[in-house]
Amino acid sequence: MQEEIVVKNLHKKAQEIRLAVVKMLANARTGHYGGSLSAADIITVLYFQVMDHDPNRPDWADRDRFVLSKGHTCPLLYVVLAEAGYFPKETLLEHRRLGSILQGHPDMRLVPGVEMSTGSLGQGLSAGVGMAIGAKLDHKDLRVYVMIGCGESQEGQIWEAAMAGAHYKLDNLTAVLDYNGLQAQGRTAQLMDIAPVADKWRSFGWHVIEIDGHNIKEIIEAFSQAKTTKSKPTMIVAHTIKGKGVSFMENNIPWHHIPASEQQASAAIAELEKSLENL
Amino acid sequence: MQAIAMREAYGRLLVELAGQNEKIVVLDADMAQSCGLQHFRDAFPDRFFNIGIAEQNMMGIAAGLAAYGKIPFVNSFACFLSTRSCDQLRVAVAYGKLNVKIVAGHGGISVGEDGATHQGLEDIAIVRAIPNMVLIVPADPVETAAAVRAAIEYDGPVYIRLARPKVKALFDDSYKFQIGKAVTMKEGKDASLLAIGIMVSRALEAAQLLEKRGLNVNVINVSTIKPLDRETIVRAVEQTGLIVTLEDHSVIGGLGSAVAEVLAEEDKPVIMRRLGIPDVFGESGTFEELLAKYGLTVPDIVKVVAELVQKKRDSK
Repeated sequence: MQEEIVVKNLHKKAQEIRLAVVKMLANARTGHYGGSLSAADIITVLYFQVMDHDPNRPDWADRDRFVLSKGHTCPLLYVVLAEAGYFPKETLLEHRRLGSILQGHPDMRLVPGVEMSTGSLGQGLSAGVGMAIGAKLDHKDLRVYVMIGCGESQEGQIWEAAMAGAHYKLDNLTAVLDYNGLQAQGRTAQLMDIAPVADKWRSFGWHVIEIDGHNIKEIIEAFSQAKTTKSKPTMIVAHTIKGKGVSFMENNIPWHHIPASEQQASAAIAELEKSLENL
Repeated sequence: MQAIAMREAYGRLLVELAGQNEKIVVLDADMAQSCGLQHFRDAFPDRFFNIGIAEQNMMGIAAGLAAYGKIPFVNSFACFLSTRSCDQLRVAVAYGKLNVKIVAGHGGISVGEDGATHQGLEDIAIVRAIPNMVLIVPADPVETAAAVRAAIEYDGPVYIRLARPKVKALFDDSYKFQIGKAVTMKEGKDASLLAIGIMVSRALEAAQLLEKRGLNVNVINVSTIKPLDRETIVRAVEQTGLIVTLEDHSVIGGLGSAVAEVLAEEDKPVIMRRLGIPDVFGESGTFEELLAKYGLTVPDIVKVVAELVQKKRDSK
């Protein structure tokens, strides 16, 4: 019963975050909708259920770390961090504006709670490996989480980091693949296929869990399984829908990065508001 | 004092410093021996990580370690660190102003026989253009050690470029190195020789020969390329009106360019020449043979400076 309430609340939270993402991007008139919406459930669960962190102490040494390697989907991260209390929500209206802390891609020096500056794809997992090694050296039991994208998985550095994560037996490191199957110019499977991606990670020595990335219960269970997995890092292959929650954006390639017109933004906001009423 | 390789001075010092500072960790891309890391590897095996031949990952891991709170030293050759892992240096390390120390060994044609692929002739140009970077090119083993100590004191990314050959000490242990401060090695009024790294000792030798010909040459070890000591450079121009830069690096984007950029904005009459590797890839050969090929031997330097002093006099 208790568990059902948690799941329900997180589901609602994720929808609220989607709504805030759409409002923020509509205001900015530029930015990445698709990948922000696809990862919303996973990152919501991370920040509001799984991770040990303190918005009042972003520099707390023992905090769990999250690295958004697919940095272009920072709208989602910004909304989650604001919702968690790292900075005022009004700041979200300044995303992508001159002088804003909320740059087009996340800047760790400007935004409280952003653990790594990312935007050039393929780099975040190496940083996560470094953080996980650091924690091991200090015998701290904090955990490191990294989210990568499926198009991003075409970068060679991802696989260098995959090798290193397994080699150093980083069981304090959990990666999530936001496997929405789309990238800027098309479908990943047609463009440069990464399949069979779960097998690839398995063969690289990772513990692999495949889930529905929009199923809150499965997400929670995967993270808790990762926590108890010893002597190897975990890769959660999360099957997701790009643009999830806004019907005309779902699984629709251009919504990787195109701006929404005023009508489209209103329609997206209305759809998400309606879905929230029904929760 | 006996000549030793800069990497030897670096590697031994690292062991000493790591004993005092447990934040220090060392990353290697399978070049430990060539980078002077064998001492550290043996002394602190738990804090030594051979990432494998994966410089991009190494640089990224270093960023993560620094973000976590460690002081990672990243090691490989200058050619690889500045190009293969350039994007990681730029975005993961420099943009975040992370506390990563990059020690780039075997810079320039000092690599010798390995040839063009292994001769980093562009690294200073590349690293210098990246914001937040500090870039030091030590002249001898003593300055190498001093630069490493200063890099640890400094909170942020530092790139230290070493040369391969053994070098005699130009400084004694009382030497006080300061990031961003050029060192006047010898005063003179006829010309200024501005050098970095392994070329500083050659600049001094050239100055001694010129002295015998009655020419009084100012020799400056620029030492930190970024931030550049503008004040000392401007003073050298005011004192001599003749600047020759000397480096084991391409004439594009290195010390010569950096000094020329300063002079371009100073509106002072000056004759200037850049001595370095012309806009070509290197090739196999001993360091001395290559220096001769590119006109960088001590007699070459003497000739250039003497001719320019004459030109300066003629123009008056």
